[in-house]
Amino acid sequence: MSNSDYLNYDLQTLHQLLVDKKVTAVALTEAALAKINAEQPALNAFITINQKKALARAAELDAEGIDPDDLLAGIPIAYKDNIVTNGIRTTAASHILDNFNPVYDATVVEKLDAAGTINLGKTNMDEFAMGSSTETSHFGVTHNPWDLERVPGGSSGGSAAAVAAGEVFAALGSDTGGSIRQPAAYNGIFGIKPTYGRVSRWGLIAFGSSFDQIGVFTRRAQDAAVLLGAISGHDAKDSTSSEQAVPDFTAAIGQGIKGLKIAVPDEFFGEGIAEDVKAQVEKGLQQLADQGAIIDHVQLPHTKYAVPAYYVLASSEASSNLQRFDGIRYGFRAADVKNLDDVYVRSRSEGFGPEVKRRIMLGTFALSSGYYDAYFNKAAAVRTLIKQDFEKILATHDLIIGPTAPDTAFKIGVNDDDPITLYMKDILTISANMAGVPAASVPAGFNAEGLPVGMQMIAKRFDESTIFRAAAAFEELNHYNLETPTFKNGGNA
Amino acid sequence: MNFETTIGLEVHVELKTKTKMFSPSPVAYGAEPNMNTNVIDFGFPGVLPTVNREAYRLGIMVALALNAEVATETHFDRKNYFYPDNPKAYQITQFEQPLARNGWIEIEVGGKKKKIGIEEMHVEEDAGKNTHGDAGYSYVDLNRQGTPLIEIVSKPDIASPEEAYAYLEKLRQTIQFTGASDVKMEEGSMRVDTNISIRPIGADKLGTKTELKNLNSFNYVRQGLDYEEKRQAEVLLSGGQIRQETRRFDETSGETILMRVKEGSDDYRYFPEPDIPPFDISPEWIEEIGAKIPEMPDKRRARYVGELGIPEYDANLLTDTKEMSDFFEATLAAGADPKLASNWLMGEVNAFMNAHKLELQQTKLTPANLATMIKLIQDGTISSKIAKKVFQETIQKGTEPEAWVKEKGLVQESDPTVLTPLITAILDDNEQSIVDFHNGKDRAVGFLVGQIMKQTHGKANPKVVNTILMAELNKR
Repeated sequence: MSNSDYLNYDLQTLHQLLVDKKVTAVALTEAALAKINAEQPALNAFITINQKKALARAAELDAEGIDPDDLLAGIPIAYKDNIVTNGIRTTAASHILDNFNPVYDATVVEKLDAAGTINLGKTNMDEFAMGSSTETSHFGVTHNPWDLERVPGGSSGGSAAAVAAGEVFAALGSDTGGSIRQPAAYNGIFGIKPTYGRVSRWGLIAFGSSFDQIGVFTRRAQDAAVLLGAISGHDAKDSTSSEQAVPDFTAAIGQGIKGLKIAVPDEFFGEGIAEDVKAQVEKGLQQLADQGAIIDHVQLPHTKYAVPAYYVLASSEASSNLQRFDGIRYGFRAADVKNLDDVYVRSRSEGFGPEVKRRIMLGTFALSSGYYDAYFNKAAAVRTLIKQDFEKILATHDLIIGPTAPDTAFKIGVNDDDPITLYMKDILTISANMAGVPAASVPAGFNAEGLPVGMQMIAKRFDESTIFRAAAAFEELNHYNLETPTFKNGGNA
Repeated sequence: MNFETTIGLEVHVELKTKTKMFSPSPVAYGAEPNMNTNVIDFGFPGVLPTVNREAYRLGIMVALALNAEVATETHFDRKNYFYPDNPKAYQITQFEQPLARNGWIEIEVGGKKKKIGIEEMHVEEDAGKNTHGDAGYSYVDLNRQGTPLIEIVSKPDIASPEEAYAYLEKLRQTIQFTGASDVKMEEGSMRVDTNISIRPIGADKLGTKTELKNLNSFNYVRQGLDYEEKRQAEVLLSGGQIRQETRRFDETSGETILMRVKEGSDDYRYFPEPDIPPFDISPEWIEEIGAKIPEMPDKRRARYVGELGIPEYDANLLTDTKEMSDFFEATLAAGADPKLASNWLMGEVNAFMNAHKLELQQTKLTPANLATMIKLIQDGTISSKIAKKVFQETIQKGTEPEAWVKEKGLVQESDPTVLTPLITAILDDNEQSIVDFHNGKDRAVGFLVGQIMKQTHGKANPKVVNTILMAELNKR
């Protein structure tokens, strides 16, 4: 077994090897770096590789020795490049920030640094997290390790691809409308967006502030439970972070599926959902039923309004959030500007990519006087209805289950000229952000082309534990999650 | 044609908090540029605001002092616009649901009392400051960025520049008494925007209003509105029309000058601030804050005039600031006579403050020392002449008057058995003065008193000296 396979081990095993000094943190970091560097030309999962600092930190940890209580010490991870890292370039995959070096750490980075993880770098993403394919990145698309001609999903495509390829043990992402779950599905790994307010957003470059939430990618649900536990909790620096106590998310793992009440919304299996995806998820649901889960078919009647309402609300917030990128204090400033208007107009015109501009214009329009009531207010009302739909179903069910995405990873470039089709692909994930509830994507097998399919599990607010319990039990049934990607169409990669 | 005037005032007041409205940076006037800033004030990527509850508390206190209804549910909104002193390109303010509505204050102009309504009062953050330097560069100082502000919007109840002046004076005084702000126009902790329109008396519709900016004192507000009132009347009487425009007040000429004509309104794309959850204000909290509001100047003034017999004019001056009023009351509590205490504060103390450009609390004077000094004058221990020396000593150095007077031997000599021999000796030495006195030359008495004072180093009680001297003179 080569060194690089360590990154496919489960956390407990890897931790024990580190504690027993059978492998050092430096060796792990070197193995990860070797894999990242070797695969970077094919995958392009990273925007910035944190080579020097990662090795220095690993050496430090080795010198201190890994404490048996520090489960995450010495574990190589990566951060989506919209999570700010002190002294390490953070770009949000945008030209407007391509020279930006933050002077502080995001709360999640502070917490994981304290837990002893090693930051191997910053992963690729759609520009400002706006996209479902990582194609809007200023730094080029990330390729799906299962088929290099396909997208890894997005916006956290780099994080998902890096974990699927075994370049890092785990990675953090952010999810505004599905940006963790959809790439997790496309890459055949576990990815969770926790309850809104569970994880501090301090240091997450804002997209849609009332939707954004940081979450994790791992190969196994159990390991995600540990990582999520490490980054959760109230943060005085984020007024929207919850004071809810953080439980041991792993505690319910092993209790199995028997007796869990599962709601399956008709709307999640309707028009536009690929047959092979439906079939694979239905197969999974049957397995859960066989294990003693109680399956109910239910309705989430406002699902059809979720996409338009989301694009109005999230774009409105984004149009305001992205105004600070004005060429004045940091980031890109256009050359040869003549006056203040020039600084603003030219820096922003040259600094932002087309998808970001599209959403800024959409949001600016929706907030304009005369249109505010018809768009922003109406969308906010839809959001309330969707929230109520979820509350109603989740009052009597432990989980809502369906597909994560309507299809499997698509070919790079096929949706270039059709933003609406691309937006509609978020239909299954957006509702959880609208309702603020936790949701995860669990590997649910492969289609005929060998592309991964994801099963989405949605739970009550602050009940991530039930997701981990069900996801871990589901993993045991098929071990889809342990399949490693094939790098199809990759020549000699 | 006769016109009636309608004036509306928007007043921004900086709240006196240790830290900013949405960041832990210090609030302090006069620091080096950008020293009182952090990543939040700079609007760095990934930062988030957190609410300074103390600013909210002070805001509620002001709202209650202005007789306004405090909202129980509030939230913040974003006001979006690009400008270099506005680093996020939005200001966090309250648009939909202000902290308070429907307040009023009472003013008095020409002996007539009038209530001026307050439409609403909201909490927001201040912007930074741009300065324009050489070579086409501008400089941004974000020290002020994020300073907590309240904006107080009057109802269009103000009918003359005089009323506007009285309203501002009353507003300043009321807020000053709550302690929520320094309310100093010269330091920018109070800023005034005005709008004014006129219409023929009895007309249904308000006239087109003009906005007036660059008003650096209440006097300039009054002058600017005065000018604008006349200008608008002249325009209308000569058949012209008022345009909706922003004008600035020119301090040298006393005129208002056109800055820009307004066409339509700016679109700030207000929407609820998603980074700060809606905020409930409990009735208990409002009550708790209300209980701590100090007695307001109107009540104090009435008490001073009615109970203490202080003249109206003096009572007004004594209640100009809370510090002065509190000092006055503490001096009385230390046993001083109200009228004497008032006279000293209005006279010597004010003169000292003006001469040294100090606030009352920046001097070394304490109410206890002032009360002691007044007592020493009243019981004849020191002369009023010595008192001036004692006053300088205690206001400059904080010296306790009674001990100091004893130590320096400044106690007044009032004992006739001590003074009589001294006076007779001086008379013996100045026979010519006695002759002059009997010839009706009053100057002679002045000369003799001067001699006695010289000998006693000014300590002789002038009243006693006078009595003995006249008696002795008449004997000779």
